[in-house]
Amino acid sequence: MTTDVATLPAAVWPTGGTRFAFHAVPVVAVLAFLIVGWYALAVWLNATQVTDRFARDGRRWTVLQLVDATWSMERPVLPAPHQIARDFYQTVFATPIDSKRSLVYHAGVTVSATLVGFVFGAALGIVLAIGIIHLPVLDRSLLPWIIASQTVPILAIAPMVVVVLGNLGFSGLLPKAVISMYLCFFPVTVGVVKGLRSPDPLQLDLMCTYSASRAQVFRKLRWPSATSFLFASLKVAIAGSLIGAIVGELPTGAQAGLGARLLTGSYYGQTMQIWSALIMASLVGVVLVSIVALVQRLVMRHQGSAA
Amino acid sequence: MTAVSTPDKVFALPERGASRAASPLQAVEKFVEPSGIAVDISRLSLTFQTADAPVTALDNIDLQIQRGEFVSFIGPSGCGKTTLMRVIADLATPSIGRVTVNGVSPEQARLMRAYGYVFQAPALYAWRNVLRNVLLPLEIIGMPAAERKARAAKYLSMVGLEGFERKFPWQLSGGMQQRVSIARALAFEPELLLMDEPFGALDEITRDHLNEQLLQLWHKTGKTIVFVTHSISEAVFLSNRIVVMSPRPGRILEIVENKLPPDRGLDIRDTTHFLEVAHRVRKALRAGHSYDD
Repeated sequence: MTTDVATLPAAVWPTGGTRFAFHAVPVVAVLAFLIVGWYALAVWLNATQVTDRFARDGRRWTVLQLVDATWSMERPVLPAPHQIARDFYQTVFATPIDSKRSLVYHAGVTVSATLVGFVFGAALGIVLAIGIIHLPVLDRSLLPWIIASQTVPILAIAPMVVVVLGNLGFSGLLPKAVISMYLCFFPVTVGVVKGLRSPDPLQLDLMCTYSASRAQVFRKLRWPSATSFLFASLKVAIAGSLIGAIVGELPTGAQAGLGARLLTGSYYGQTMQIWSALIMASLVGVVLVSIVALVQRLVMRHQGSAA
Repeated sequence: MTAVSTPDKVFALPERGASRAASPLQAVEKFVEPSGIAVDISRLSLTFQTADAPVTALDNIDLQIQRGEFVSFIGPSGCGKTTLMRVIADLATPSIGRVTVNGVSPEQARLMRAYGYVFQAPALYAWRNVLRNVLLPLEIIGMPAAERKARAAKYLSMVGLEGFERKFPWQLSGGMQQRVSIARALAFEPELLLMDEPFGALDEITRDHLNEQLLQLWHKTGKTIVFVTHSISEAVFLSNRIVVMSPRPGRILEIVENKLPPDRGLDIRDTTHFLEVAHRVRKALRAGHSYDD
C-alpha cells in the first residue's frame, strides 16, 4: 500500500525575505500611486479657495506658492496626506488618552459598542440558524422577516432605536450595541444555516446508521462542518457591527465615539478630523477582522485543515 | 452447484440448504451452518414518487441471507442494488413487502446498531484525523474512552493503517481513506457488514489488494457481508452467492452459487472454475438485457 502520499513535501512558496518582498512591492507601489494622486487632487480641489484668498489679499502668486498653500490650509476641502497624518498623530499619540480630543478614547467608545453588539449579534445569529435548521416551521416563518429586516436602511432605523431605548432609560453603549447587533446577526444566520446544511448526504446517512441522536448529529457533524461558514460570516458581521456602532453614534447628540467625531467634524468644517476618524475607523476594522481571521486559523489548524 | 435461476426458486430455501450440505467446501459450511437467517426479504417492492411518473426501483424481491454468508449484488446502474442495501439498512423504506434483519425490523436493527455500513465514498469527517474518524461511532454509542482507544487501534491495524492515526483524510490516498472507512464500520463490531461499492472509485491494483484483505477479514471474523458491486470479477472473487439484478424495474434475475476455496488468492481468477462462474454471471446479466443501453 502506498505511504508516500502522507509525506509529500510542502508546497513550494517563497520564504523569509523573498516572501516579504514578494508581497510588499506591489502593496507599496499601489500606496505610492494613491498618495501622489491624493496630493494632486488636493491641489485641484483646494485651488479655488486659495486663489480667492490670494485675490482678496491682492497678492500675486507662483505655482509653488499655490501648491504650498493648498497643502497647508486650516480647513481644506481635501486635506493633504501629511496634514491628515499630523492630525492623526496629534490626536492618537500626543493627546492624553482620557481627553475628549483623543482619538484613542473615541475609538475605544466605538469598539466597546461594536464588540458588545458583535457578541450578541453573533449569538443571536447562531441561535436563529440552529432554530431554522431544526424546525421547518421557523424556516418558513422566520426567514422572510429576517430578510425583510435587512432591507430597511440602517440610517432610518438607528434614530428610532436610540429614541425608543432612550425613553426606556437606556443611553450610551446599549443603543449602539443594539444597532450593531441588528446589522451583524443577519450574515451570521445566513452563513451558519448554510454551514449546518453543508454535510453531504453520505455523512448524514452515516450518522443515521449509528442511530445517532439529533444532538449528536449536531455536535459531531453539523457544527464542525459549519466552522468555515461561521468564520466567513463572522468577518462580515464584525465589519458590519463596527459600521452599526458608528451609525448609532450619529443620532446620539455626538457625545463620544468615531461617529461623533465624524459628525462634529462635518458641523465645523474640520475635514482633517473627519479624515482622521475615517482612518481610525478603517484601522479598527482591519484589526477586528484580522482578529477573527486569526481565531479562524487557530480553530482550523486544530481541525487539521489543509489551509 | 445449481444456479438458482428464478426468484420463485430462491424462495425454496430447504432445497438450497440441501444442495449446500453436499458441498465439498467445509469452510464455507462452518460459517453458514450454525447460523440462522441474517437478512430476510420477501415480496419487497419499492416505488419512488418522482415529478412526472412513479419509478419502480425494486420489484418483488425475495432473498434470504444466512449468517456468515458473503453475498454480492451485481447489476448495471439503476438496477436498485444500492436501494436494496439501503432498505436493509433502514435508509430507505419499502413500499410493499417485509424485511427483517436479525429477526427484527430494519429500523429496530438500526437502533440496535446491528450493522456497519461502508459507503461508495469514504465519507470521512475532514476535521477528524484517522483515529478520531474511527472513534466516531464508538463515541456515539457511548463506549468508555479506554475501550474506544483499544478498539480503534485493533481495527486500524487490521486494515493496515497503524502509524497513520494522526493523519487527516486529505493526507491519505483514496485507498487508504476507504480502508479508514472500513475500520470505522468494523470498530463497533457489527455482525452484519453492508458494503456499497466500497472499492468502486479505486484503481484496479488497490482494489485487488483490498479485495484480498476483505476476504481474509471475512474468514477471520465470520461476519455476514452484503456487498454491492459493478464488477463481475470482484463479485466472483469475493462472494459465495452472487445476486444478479436487472434494471427498470429492479428485480433479481438469478442467484449464482459460487464455491471457491476459502483460502483463495488473486491467482484463482485464472482458473477455469473462476471463469466458469464469471461466465454464468455475465450470461445472467445479458439475459436481463443489461447490456442493451
